[in-house]
Amino acid sequence: MLRRASKTVSLLAAAVLALAACTPGNPAEGNKTIKVAYQKTDSFTALDTMFQDAKKEFEAANQGVTVELQPIQGNDDDYGTKLALALRSPSTAPDVFYEDTFKVRSDVDAGYLLNLDGRLAGWGEWDKFDDAAKEAGKADDGGTYAVPLGTDTRAIWYNRKVFEAAGVALPWRPSSWQDILDTARKIKAASPDVIPFNMYAGKGTGEGTVMQGFYELLYGTGAGLYDPDSKKWVVGSTGFKDSLTFLKTLYSENLAVAPAEALDPNVWKKVFGEWFPKAKLGAAVEGSYAPSFWQDGGSYAWPGYEQEMGVAPFPTQNGGAPGAVSMSGGWTLAVGAETKQPDLAFNFLTTALNAKNSLAFTVASSQIAVRSDVAADPSYQSANPFVKDVSGLVAVTRFRPATSDYPRISAAVQEATEAVITGSRTPEQAAADYDTAVAGIVGGDKTIRK
Amino acid sequence: MAANHRTRQLLRYLPVLPAVLLLLVFLAGPVLWAFHSSLTNAGLTGRYARNPEWVGLQNYQRLLQDPVFPLSLALTVLFVAGSAIVGQNVLGLALAVLMRRARPVVSATVGTAVVAAWVLPEIVAAFAAYAFFSRDGTLNQLLGQFGAAETDWLYTVPMAAVILANIWRGTAFSMLVYRAALDGVPAELTEAAHMDGAGPWQRLAFITLPVIRGSIATNLMLVTLQTLAVFTLIWVMTAGGPANGSTTLPVLAYQEAFKFGDIGYGTAVASVLILIGAVFGAAYLRLLRERKP
Repeated sequence: MLRRASKTVSLLAAAVLALAACTPGNPAEGNKTIKVAYQKTDSFTALDTMFQDAKKEFEAANQGVTVELQPIQGNDDDYGTKLALALRSPSTAPDVFYEDTFKVRSDVDAGYLLNLDGRLAGWGEWDKFDDAAKEAGKADDGGTYAVPLGTDTRAIWYNRKVFEAAGVALPWRPSSWQDILDTARKIKAASPDVIPFNMYAGKGTGEGTVMQGFYELLYGTGAGLYDPDSKKWVVGSTGFKDSLTFLKTLYSENLAVAPAEALDPNVWKKVFGEWFPKAKLGAAVEGSYAPSFWQDGGSYAWPGYEQEMGVAPFPTQNGGAPGAVSMSGGWTLAVGAETKQPDLAFNFLTTALNAKNSLAFTVASSQIAVRSDVAADPSYQSANPFVKDVSGLVAVTRFRPATSDYPRISAAVQEATEAVITGSRTPEQAAADYDTAVAGIVGGDKTIRK
Repeated sequence: MAANHRTRQLLRYLPVLPAVLLLLVFLAGPVLWAFHSSLTNAGLTGRYARNPEWVGLQNYQRLLQDPVFPLSLALTVLFVAGSAIVGQNVLGLALAVLMRRARPVVSATVGTAVVAAWVLPEIVAAFAAYAFFSRDGTLNQLLGQFGAAETDWLYTVPMAAVILANIWRGTAFSMLVYRAALDGVPAELTEAAHMDGAGPWQRLAFITLPVIRGSIATNLMLVTLQTLAVFTLIWVMTAGGPANGSTTLPVLAYQEAFKFGDIGYGTAVASVLILIGAVFGAAYLRLLRERKP
C-alpha cells in the first residue's frame, strides 16, 4: 500500500516537473510592446479616444514599437480591483496605466509604481503642470510617481425650469444648509412629483456617496475626516452628527430620492440621463464633469442643457468662511514599477499627455485643466458655460486623505449614511457606530476626538 | 519480470492521472492558497500586497468579533435551507412525481419551462431575476394590473427575492435527478403496496422515498454545495444590500478581499465557507453510506 502510494507521488512529481519545463519563451528582441491599461465604459470613452490617438502618434514616431491598448470595462470600483489584480504579478502588470489619485499612495507602498523623478526632470513640459495637481502624484517619500491627467470639483447642479416653476430667484446661490432645505421644501410644495434636492447616500453609489454628498457636508461644518497634523482619524465630532442629521432631514421629508432608489448603484445614471433632462429633479450635488454627459457626443446628449442647467457652490453649514465647499479627485497616468522598457513607457506617457491630447481629453470629459497651456486655450474656456464656475472652486476644494486605510474608512462613512437614510439608526447612533468602526480599522490610538 | 510488473502497476494509474492533476491544480491548489493567505495580512494594495506578513489566527479572531459575520452566516444558512434544501429539492421532487402522472404534453411543457431557467448562464439568469423584481420590473407591472402599489422587492425583502430567484434557476437539476430516480422504482413494489391498500401518500412515504433515498442524499449534497457558492445571482440582484441584508458569505468574502483590498481577511471568510461545505458534504456522504445496513 505504502509502495503504491509512493509510486503515485513520484509519478505526479515527474508530471509536475515536465509541465513546469514548458514556460513561454521571451518575445523576439526589437519587437517591443507597451501595454496600456485604462478604463472605458459606454459613458466614458474620452480616455479611449485619447489613447487611440496617442498610439497612432507614438507608433509612427517609434518604428518597431507596438502599443497594446487594454481597455477595462467597468465602473471605478471594478476597474480598481481589476487593475490591482493585474499589478500583483509582473507578468500581467501593464507598462502604463490610468490610476486614481487616491490610490497612488497605497500603490506606491505596494511597490507597483515607478518613481518618475529623474525622467520628469528631463521633460520640458513638466513645468506647465499645476503645482497643486502635481501633489496628487506624490507619495509619502516625496517622490513623484504619477502624472495628473485632470482634476475635478463638486458643486450643486440645478435645473432652472424646476426652480422657476417654484418661484426661486435665479441665479440661485444658497448661503447655508438651511437655505438648501428651504428651497427644497418650496420646490416640493410647488411640484410634488419632482425630486427637489438629491445627495447620494448609502453603499450603492460607493465613493459617489462621500465625494458628492457627505464630505461637502462634513467639511462645511469645520470638522474633518482626518487630522493631518497628528496623522489621526477624527471621531466624535459634532460636524459628523450634523451632517448625518442633514441627510436624514433630506431623505425623511422626501426631498431626495426614495431610500430604495438611493441604494441602487445605477441611480447616478438616472440623475444625468433621465431626471435632469426631463425636469424631474431640482438640484443635485455632482462633479464638474457633469457637462461631459450632456454635451454633443456625450452618453446622455441633451441639446440646450447650457440654458436649462445652472451651477452653484455648495455652502458651508451656517455660511461661515470660506462660504463654499468642494471636493476634488482626479486621475493620473503611471508607469509600472517592473516594466521592461521604462524609457519607452515614460515616452508614451508624455505623448499621451502632450498639449494636443491633453486638450482634447480635458474638453471631451469636462475635466478641469492641470496644464497651463490647456487652461489658457480658448477651446477649453468655451467648452461649456460652466468651466469658469467650476474651475473657480479649486480655491476652496479638498482632497481625500489617501492613506491605505482610506477605502475602509470611506465604507464606514457610507454605511453610516445608509443606516440614517433607511432609518435603521438615528444620526447619533450611526455616528457612534462609525467611531467604533474607525477605532477597529486603524486602532484606538490612531483616532482623535475633536 | 519484476520491472514489467511494476510498469504495469504504474500504467494502471495512467488513465486517472489527468483527473488527479486537474483536481490538484484547480481544487486543492486554490483551497490551500486560500487557507495560507487567510493566515497572512496580504492586501490588494499597500505595503503588504507583495510581501505579506504571517499573522497567525488574527484574521479568524477578527472574524469572530465582526458584527457582520454572524449575520452573514445566518443569511447563508437561510439561503441554503430556503432555496436549496427546501426550495429546489422539494419542488424538484414534487415536479418529478407530478410529471409522471401528468399528460405527456403538460409534462413536456412544464419540463421545458423549468429547464429553460437552468440552461441560462448565471449572469443572464441573474439579470432576468433583477429585471423581474426591480422597481419598474415585471412583477410590479403584473401586480399593477390588479391595482397593487409598487413595492421595492429587492429593498424590502431582499432575501426572499434572491431565494425565489435561486429556486427558479436551480429546480431543474433536482427535477431531472428525481425523474431518473423515480424511473428506477420497481413497479411491482408500488403495485403490491397498492393491492395492500396503501394510498398515494403512503406509497410515496413508505415505498418511493426509501427506495430513492440514495438519490435524495446525492441531490441534497450537490444542490447544497452549489447554493453555498452562489455569488453572481446575489451580487447582481442586491450586491449584498440593503444594510448587509443579503450579504451571504461569498458576498462578504468578495467585499472584504476586493472592495476593501484585504485579501487575508477575505480568504479567511472563504476558508470558513469551505469548512461549512466540507461539513455538509461529510454529513451527506454519511447518509449515503448508511443506506445499506
